[in-house]
Amino acid sequence: MPPVEPGVQYADLEQQSETAQLGMWVFIATEVLFFGALIATYVLYRASYPAQFRIAGHDSLILLGSINQAILVTSSLTMVLAIRAARLADRRALVRLLLATAALGFAFIGVKGYEYARDAASHSVPVIDFVFKHGYRAPAELFWTFYFIATGIHAVHLSIGIVLVLILAARAARGAFTPLYHAPLEVVGLYWSFVDCVWFFLFACIYPLGRAGI
Amino acid sequence: MDQWVPFWPTNAALSASIVDTINIGEFALIGLILLFVTGMTLVFCVRYRRGSPAPRQPLGSSSWRLEIAWTAATLAAFFVLFVFGANAYLFLYRPPPRTDLEVYIVGKQWMWKVQHPGGQREIDALHVPVDRTVRVVLASEDVIHSFFIPSFRLKHDVVPGQFETFWFRPTRTGEYKLECSEFCGVQHAHMIGTVTVMSAADYARWLSDQGVAESLSQQGAALFRSYGCSGCHDPHATVHAPLLTGLYGRVVQLQDGRAVRADERYIRDCILTPLNQIVAGYPPVMPSFAGQMSEEDLIRIVAYIKSLSAGSSS
Amino acid sequence: MSATALELPASYLTEENTIGSWLLTRDHKRIAMMFFCSITFFFFIGGIAATLIRLHLLSPAGAFLQPETYNRLFTMHGIVMVWFFLIPSIPATLGNFLLPLMIGARDLAFPRLNLFSWYLFNTSGLLAVYFLFVGGVDTGWTFYTPYSTLFSNGHVIAAAVAVFINGFSTIATALNFVVTTHKLRAPGMTWFRLPLFVWAIYATSIIMLLATPVLAMTLALIALERLMGIGVFDPQLGGDPLLFQHMFWFYSHPAVYIMVLPAMGVVSEIITCFARRPVFGYRGMCYALITIAVIGFFVWGHHMFTSGISLLSAVVFSMMTFIVAVPSAIKVFNWTVTLHNARIQFDAPMLYALGFIGLFTLGGLTGLVLGTLSSDVHLQDTYFVVAHFHFIMVGGTVSAYFGGLHYWWSKITGRHYPEIWGRFAAILMFVGFNLTFLPQFILGYLGMPRRYYTYSTDLQTWNVLSSAGASILAVAYLLPLFYLTWSLIWGRKADDNPWHATGLEWLTASPPPAHNFLRTPRVTEGPYRYDPRDGSYVSQDGVFHA
Repeated sequence: MPPVEPGVQYADLEQQSETAQLGMWVFIATEVLFFGALIATYVLYRASYPAQFRIAGHDSLILLGSINQAILVTSSLTMVLAIRAARLADRRALVRLLLATAALGFAFIGVKGYEYARDAASHSVPVIDFVFKHGYRAPAELFWTFYFIATGIHAVHLSIGIVLVLILAARAARGAFTPLYHAPLEVVGLYWSFVDCVWFFLFACIYPLGRAGI
Repeated sequence: MDQWVPFWPTNAALSASIVDTINIGEFALIGLILLFVTGMTLVFCVRYRRGSPAPRQPLGSSSWRLEIAWTAATLAAFFVLFVFGANAYLFLYRPPPRTDLEVYIVGKQWMWKVQHPGGQREIDALHVPVDRTVRVVLASEDVIHSFFIPSFRLKHDVVPGQFETFWFRPTRTGEYKLECSEFCGVQHAHMIGTVTVMSAADYARWLSDQGVAESLSQQGAALFRSYGCSGCHDPHATVHAPLLTGLYGRVVQLQDGRAVRADERYIRDCILTPLNQIVAGYPPVMPSFAGQMSEEDLIRIVAYIKSLSAGSSS
Repeated sequence: MSATALELPASYLTEENTIGSWLLTRDHKRIAMMFFCSITFFFFIGGIAATLIRLHLLSPAGAFLQPETYNRLFTMHGIVMVWFFLIPSIPATLGNFLLPLMIGARDLAFPRLNLFSWYLFNTSGLLAVYFLFVGGVDTGWTFYTPYSTLFSNGHVIAAAVAVFINGFSTIATALNFVVTTHKLRAPGMTWFRLPLFVWAIYATSIIMLLATPVLAMTLALIALERLMGIGVFDPQLGGDPLLFQHMFWFYSHPAVYIMVLPAMGVVSEIITCFARRPVFGYRGMCYALITIAVIGFFVWGHHMFTSGISLLSAVVFSMMTFIVAVPSAIKVFNWTVTLHNARIQFDAPMLYALGFIGLFTLGGLTGLVLGTLSSDVHLQDTYFVVAHFHFIMVGGTVSAYFGGLHYWWSKITGRHYPEIWGRFAAILMFVGFNLTFLPQFILGYLGMPRRYYTYSTDLQTWNVLSSAGASILAVAYLLPLFYLTWSLIWGRKADDNPWHATGLEWLTASPPPAHNFLRTPRVTEGPYRYDPRDGSYVSQDGVFHA
């Protein structure tokens, strides 16, 4: 492939790469506020209804949540290793690691889908099919509302990430990335790690409730 | 103030005097600041217009002392305004030192429904005696409204899902506008009424002229029976339920460890969402009356429970 | 300094003139112009709504509108003016055009993202206007629950979705501006050599980035609540209607700083140039901008003093409100003192800037009244609030926007507007504006609530005065439409630096070529090296001009 030229507003590729990464960091800041607003709502309602949230949270499927956590952390590892492969000009490893990242992302979605199905079977879907036998129902429904909205928005973000990673894999297979130019990998890698981090926070909100004295 | 300034609104309550006094001081201060800023701007524009003979000095020495000085002065002036305002607000919005009269008001699209403790009812009107402290309990049946009496310089939002309370003390007889000041739908502009402040004697006469048989708490007692509350809360009931005599104003220990004061809000919450505030030592068996009771029925029952002082039977 | 006889590249306007070259452009200047056209369109939609409202309020019983229509009109006016005019106005037009020029860059960091922002903006705007016409929304631009989620019969979800999409346009632009300012400054352009307009746009962009996502989540939640009946804000389902207000105002208070900070940046540029002296207290001005941006995030509760929030939180929010007013006051003092020891010229941009000082000061001072807790109990939700925010947003931001358009018109289009008409429109706007909104302070103190389609007869005089002022204001807004358009064809041609200003944008041709500078400038001077004794100046590349 011919050497990549920086955009006309850039002095060199390095400035362009740094700028792209700063752009992704700034975007991540906005996403922190976006998820943060939702999590703040959750925290406020949890503080208002501690007992009912604890009971409702106990019904969440912590095993599936934990499996997903492990999947996502591993996918961040493969993503970082992919960037390393680009730096070392190892095209085959780069493509494989990107595909592995995407595959792990798909696995997450799959487990999440199964978890949603199990949640529906146990009548935990607010408004549509919700049964709560342990007292004042409204706060429990609010807990599950938060669960579906938060994990749903997270899944949308993850899906966008999967698409981006697949696009990068296709470009990498055609030799687009070199040790000198692999800024798109860095930028998507940042995004991917962010989506991973969000899951840490969602996990902490959803699964430990009602267990181990929390 | 309303006597000398042609378009100053009528001052008809203690709150209006307080608010007006602070506002006059504030308007004077901001008037001075505005005069100062615009005055200086105009003077400089004339004096330093291009072509004027005024001498221009070379620029340059540091000005941070001046900047610190006027920053500090501004902060100090603003702090004074803040303190006066906060102090007055706390006086206006905290419970009054003593209450002479309580009134219950329900806002709904698009009218104000007023209930006096003697059972007298009004719509879009409120009769109150002059020079008495009136405490108002507000409820909304649907959306957020705001109960606003311009001549008293007072308003309070009426939020569905909870009782709000505030108080006023009228100081002048007459008729004053009552308006809704939170957009609540098509006829928001028609959710208006009249507050009539009367002498004590006229007010007493007005109350008896309404020809009401039952007081609010008596109506509440009837509802207490018809909704089945007495089935559990009667001292002779078989179900173990908290007794309600002397409840109002007392501190209640809840099962989850919280200790709450039993005010109107608490009582309302107990009726609508009982499982959220189970009293310590009692089983979680009270049914919820959410969706069954209108705000007016809730007010009647709350009024009844408030009337149960220790020593009388329910 | 005029263009030389060298073989210069074509300007960004004439370079390639197919529709496709505009709709697919990456040039920040073309995108700025496209934004200019879009927001002018939305300004007129919002203005028509205002015209109908003021005509209707000539009569106490309401002149000709049905209550339902009136309610939809004030909602449309608010939504369109806030999100589709005021918030993008200075940043997306002047900011887009000038930011790269002022820092010596050849474009923004992410040109395609810039274009995408314009498409998002138009999509959201057309969606909003469509639904506002077809059936309408009547909740007010504030969408308070539970009216908006459970009771309103309008297209609330569509309006929420439109504003949600618009939020992404804002975020994209702000991201571009922040990254560009950090990474693409020309050699020698340190932070404290940046013009105040750049600082203002930067501070605005920080607010946009941090506040808009919260609005997005809030709108998503009310849309879901309305669509599916979840109970986040429904008291009967355990929700809290006041939580909506907290979340909404957490965005919407910083949003008002999004609307005013760029205006402050424009005013600083104009005053220093037409007073022919450096702005007083440059660093203080920079710090004031950043301080306003930060503290502005901690005052949102002052919109809720009468909503039933805890007394302690009310007291804290009031205190923070007074604190945030201090840096604004500092800026006003600094602008005023900039006129001392100056050499002032009263061209149209300067008239707009001087008008800004007076109107913004009065607007800000009445904000102090509203921030005073006891006063707010009386004045909240009355016309006093309406007057206050119009003084800042219209008297302030719109004045500055028009001032900036006039100031940079020659740079943007290569033509001069007719100066007499410019000055006349500025003065007419000032007069019309005051006549429109000063009576509204009185109406508010007399207790006329907001959002009322009818009012008591004793308030008619003030309403009629206000509507009369509005008719003058309308003329003052239409005049520039005509003479600025006229100038595009018959205006006197402009050279590089007709105002003899010091910024980097004046080093390049009027209008600039596609990539701004033939060679990246080297900056050796701070901004505003004007000498009032003789009007000479040193531009930021170090060249002295007599």
